[in-house]
Amino acid sequence: MIRRALLIVALLVGLLVPFLGRDYYATLMLPFFGYGIALLGLNLLFGYTGLLSFGHALFVALGAYVAAFFTTRLGILHLELILFASILTALVVAVPTGLLCVRYVKIYFGMLTLAFGMLFYSFLYKFYHLTGGDEGMRVLRPKLLGQSFESLDKVPFLIGPYYYYSLALLLVAAFVMWRIVRSPFGLCLRSIRENPDKAEYLGVSVRRYRFLAFLIAGLFGAVGGTLLTIPTGLADPLLAYWTHSGNLVFMMLLGGFANFLGPLLGAFVFIFLQDQVMSLTEYWRFVFGAILAIVVIFFPRGLMGLFEGQAGGRG
Amino acid sequence: MFHAATLFLVAAGLQLVFGVQKIVNLACGSFYALGAYFGISLVTWALQAGLPPPLFLPVLLVAGLLLAAIGPLVERLLRLIYDRDESFQMLLTFALVLMFEDVIRRLWGTSPYQLGQIYLVYGQLRVAGLTIPVYNLIVIAAGLAIAVLMGWLLARTRFGRIVRASAENRAMSEALGVDMSRLYTRVFTLGTALGTVGGALVVPATAASIEIAVELIVEAFAVVVIGGLGSMRGAFVGALIVGIMRAVAIATYPEVEMLAIYLVVVAVLVLRPAGLFAKAAA
Repeated sequence: MIRRALLIVALLVGLLVPFLGRDYYATLMLPFFGYGIALLGLNLLFGYTGLLSFGHALFVALGAYVAAFFTTRLGILHLELILFASILTALVVAVPTGLLCVRYVKIYFGMLTLAFGMLFYSFLYKFYHLTGGDEGMRVLRPKLLGQSFESLDKVPFLIGPYYYYSLALLLVAAFVMWRIVRSPFGLCLRSIRENPDKAEYLGVSVRRYRFLAFLIAGLFGAVGGTLLTIPTGLADPLLAYWTHSGNLVFMMLLGGFANFLGPLLGAFVFIFLQDQVMSLTEYWRFVFGAILAIVVIFFPRGLMGLFEGQAGGRG
Repeated sequence: MFHAATLFLVAAGLQLVFGVQKIVNLACGSFYALGAYFGISLVTWALQAGLPPPLFLPVLLVAGLLLAAIGPLVERLLRLIYDRDESFQMLLTFALVLMFEDVIRRLWGTSPYQLGQIYLVYGQLRVAGLTIPVYNLIVIAAGLAIAVLMGWLLARTRFGRIVRASAENRAMSEALGVDMSRLYTRVFTLGTALGTVGGALVVPATAASIEIAVELIVEAFAVVVIGGLGSMRGAFVGALIVGIMRAVAIATYPEVEMLAIYLVVVAVLVLRPAGLFAKAAA
């Protein structure tokens, strides 16, 4: 009950943020929506299936570059089309990589995903004529539902129509993910995390389910990446770098991976904390490293774990 | 070849720690960076104190070894979560990467550091139209020497036997009376020392910059994967392969340099996940 009430309050606050007159904070919410969607996918892999990906940034970057490619090269500005293309591209990439990755578990899975991420990074970095190399590619303002909102400047556009578009997309994504983890499919994934051998005996095709989870995670990552890159207006290869994957895992862990909403909370706290700490000191990485170390050592269940005590949080 | 020697040192540290403790230590790139910066500082200071330039090599070694003292400290931290999943241990080392990066930024600033021309003190060699500083050859020789030394240490000494036994079967060697926590501290410190000494040795011929920590770790990681996790011989061969591939790629198709390396990594992981030399020797 309390959880539901808190959720509704959070949603209302989310709806009202653009009216608070603090445009800056409203713009900070935009990366939260993008990361939130990407992390929902990552959490399906780690929190529910037990596979830690160190290459999730690959899909985020993929979504970002699809947006860049569509808006600047093809001149297609409809965001719906771009998102659809992101999903398709993510599938095209995730099928072969997924087939290879899910053959391994634990640290080997992490390493193979990391290798694929770096492969993509070096591709983005080196193929200058296609991807803009280290300068990246510009992302133009897209049309939302066919509307271009040309009368609005950049900031009013971002914290106006685009804000609600992203929020709505996050809600849809969260709802879809909620249905996924609550379905028999989600239950199978969890059984795989707890005990793959037992799951296999019970007739769960472990590898196929892991593969499907990988696909869904990649798809969410790409959608998140597309959303992320529109406010910044730039897709650059660092989005695919392994430290970015590390940050994604960091956010997930900070919020608590054992919980459905944990990653969202993690993304939120990470973004706002980063903003605050960066304004206080240039050594924000040190502070964040220390926070991550403390979370890993003392609070492996993240912030959500703190709220719920030891009993709750089965996901 | 020069690059291969560097990679070998870092990768060997990674291998040693993974082989025995099953921890993927992302921070070993940071150890390398710290070694590089600290080496520069110590040498600069020693030269100002009146050290004759040709003696800078031992100073670098000392710098690397002194810095290995952070090994036991980091190991203490990691010990808190030995009973947890490997992923968490890897994440903790990722936290260390972030922290060390800012430690370097705080102590040495963001601009790259160089030791100037001092590495030319030992002269240059002219081979078939190429000019090679003798120092680079020294580093390659040092890499080889350390490789031989590690091989000897692991294969011939009592310590090496205990290390290999524990890598093989931890519970059994503990039951036979091996003090695991002491062994882990030693192994981890040795792994750290390989990184810091590597950084200190290589820096005169290159430069120390903030990014080397995160760049080197992925390369070392490529080496480790190609060679096979946990195998010392694998680290050696893997470093050679990556080093040579890089040299060839730079000479022929510079665009595909890193791409080629990761393609090989992926291919190896897919075809022979245990690596090309999957005899867990260490």
